Amino acid sequence: MLAMNYRGPRRVRIDSKPYPEIKHPEDAIIRVTRSCICGSDLHLYNGNVPDTRVGMTFGHEFIGIVDQIGPEVHKIKVGDQVLVPFNIACGKCTFCQQGLYGNCHESNTQASAVGGIFGYSHTAGGYDGGQAEYVRVPYANFGPTVIPPDMDPDDAVLLTDVVPTGYQAAEMGGIQPGDTVVVFGAGPVGIMAARCAWLFGAGRVIVLDKVEYRLEFVRNYAPCEAYNFTEMDDPVVFIKKITDWMGADVCIDAVGAEAAGSALQTITGRKLLIQAGSATALHWAINSVKKGGIVSIVGVYGPTDNLVPIGNVVNKGITIRANQASVKRLLPRLIEHVQNGILNPKAMITHRVPLEDVADAYNIFANKLDNCIKPVLIPSTKS
Amino acid sequence: METIEEKAKDYSHILGWGIDADPKNDPTYPIKLRTDNEQTGHTWDRPEQQPVDIEVLRSIERPTVSAVFGTSTPPSGLSGQIRRFAFRFSESEYGHWLPLLLADRVNVVEGIVDDFRRGRVPNIFAEKGMQADWKYDRNGLIKKVLIGAAITTVAFTLLSRNKRTRKR
Repeated sequence: MLAMNYRGPRRVRIDSKPYPEIKHPEDAIIRVTRSCICGSDLHLYNGNVPDTRVGMTFGHEFIGIVDQIGPEVHKIKVGDQVLVPFNIACGKCTFCQQGLYGNCHESNTQASAVGGIFGYSHTAGGYDGGQAEYVRVPYANFGPTVIPPDMDPDDAVLLTDVVPTGYQAAEMGGIQPGDTVVVFGAGPVGIMAARCAWLFGAGRVIVLDKVEYRLEFVRNYAPCEAYNFTEMDDPVVFIKKITDWMGADVCIDAVGAEAAGSALQTITGRKLLIQAGSATALHWAINSVKKGGIVSIVGVYGPTDNLVPIGNVVNKGITIRANQASVKRLLPRLIEHVQNGILNPKAMITHRVPLEDVADAYNIFANKLDNCIKPVLIPSTKS
Repeated sequence: METIEEKAKDYSHILGWGIDADPKNDPTYPIKLRTDNEQTGHTWDRPEQQPVDIEVLRSIERPTVSAVFGTSTPPSGLSGQIRRFAFRFSESEYGHWLPLLLADRVNVVEGIVDDFRRGRVPNIFAEKGMQADWKYDRNGLIKKVLIGAAITTVAFTLLSRNKRTRKR
């Protein structure tokens, strides 16, 4: 089968790999029909996530058709069209029982903080991902969800990560009706977080980014106020100024480790890798939120140390909430929203690329070429 | 004072405004939907164990191998040795993460050597997706190539001048 193959920072290619094996009685093999490149894949692509081994296949956002099932799989059957949450979760452990499916204790041997994630380095369990023709899916009685027959596959594939992550970012903000919400980052997750902030009753939604076409997109899609932070002397002062010098009620960091905007953070976090990525967006979020406000973090950071203004967190009495999205918990509500036309995820897809051209797709997305918002990889139907 | 219902009218053009609003949105949910089981350790019925038939490095913060695990790329070569060393340290230490980053870089060189060993010359141009640069950012690509060529020329000139000086 064909699969994306990581060769080193900013180098990937398509290669022939063996068809995946059923390794556990609850495994399934899925024939991938759509997979996305996620903004967090770019952290891997750029070599920022430790234990990303040469030869791995990335891809944690994918849908497909069940091709084979293990002897103890009974919730899905061969031929079902399923969407697969990016978290690999057993559904049984203490953390899964709490709905913390991103923190499953039975899917990642190599780290204790995060659960297993498809195609997301060995720090997230060492699973090959869905940027391939076939993928092994553990705990197939729990994760994979049959796609409703009336749902567009392009909507379904974005329900595996981007939509739930954006939604959870807004949910973790504890948004109360009328709140002012600031979203840092107008990538797909930031765009979705801005859109979902309204569903929780936000009174004002503001997005900051540095790329004009993304700002234009989020203005139309969310709809919200969107500003280019490169035109500001200081984004924190700007937010304070437009919130009557109080700060925002809720700030969402939808950027993570590769934030631009601070030379010190860029050098120490992105170039030298001596902290867990550049924490510029997080700094701005903490410093822009009002006293007693809430900072919600869905941007991905590497382990382990960060030059974060923790003193300000204490002094301001901020609540910080952060996690990988627990996709399975949110899916029923989000499927409802998509079916009722309240959310329209597929409108974010700007590029459909054959799987064979994965290297070009990564380059386009990483370097924001051709006004790219969200690329989807389509495996060939021939092989 | 304007009620929430009146405010909602202002956002009537936003489909679904306030549909998930919940004044009781407790900042601790769903982060802490308590079951209290977490106080008592590993109490759940563990799923069947996936056979451990490859080398799986394990965090020292875990007592057991998780019931399923990935089989993507077991540690190998020099990078594998560095990774084994890294897994002697906990996830809260630089001793864990910095060696892993070093191993990743060593692994890149191993990947290139491995390609050659298998008789394959890696096509760096294609792997970097530079066809897309040519299509969508031709000026940027030309600039990068010219800068690269200039740096190489300067470095080459300086090195050969040093050699000549030493010979004299």
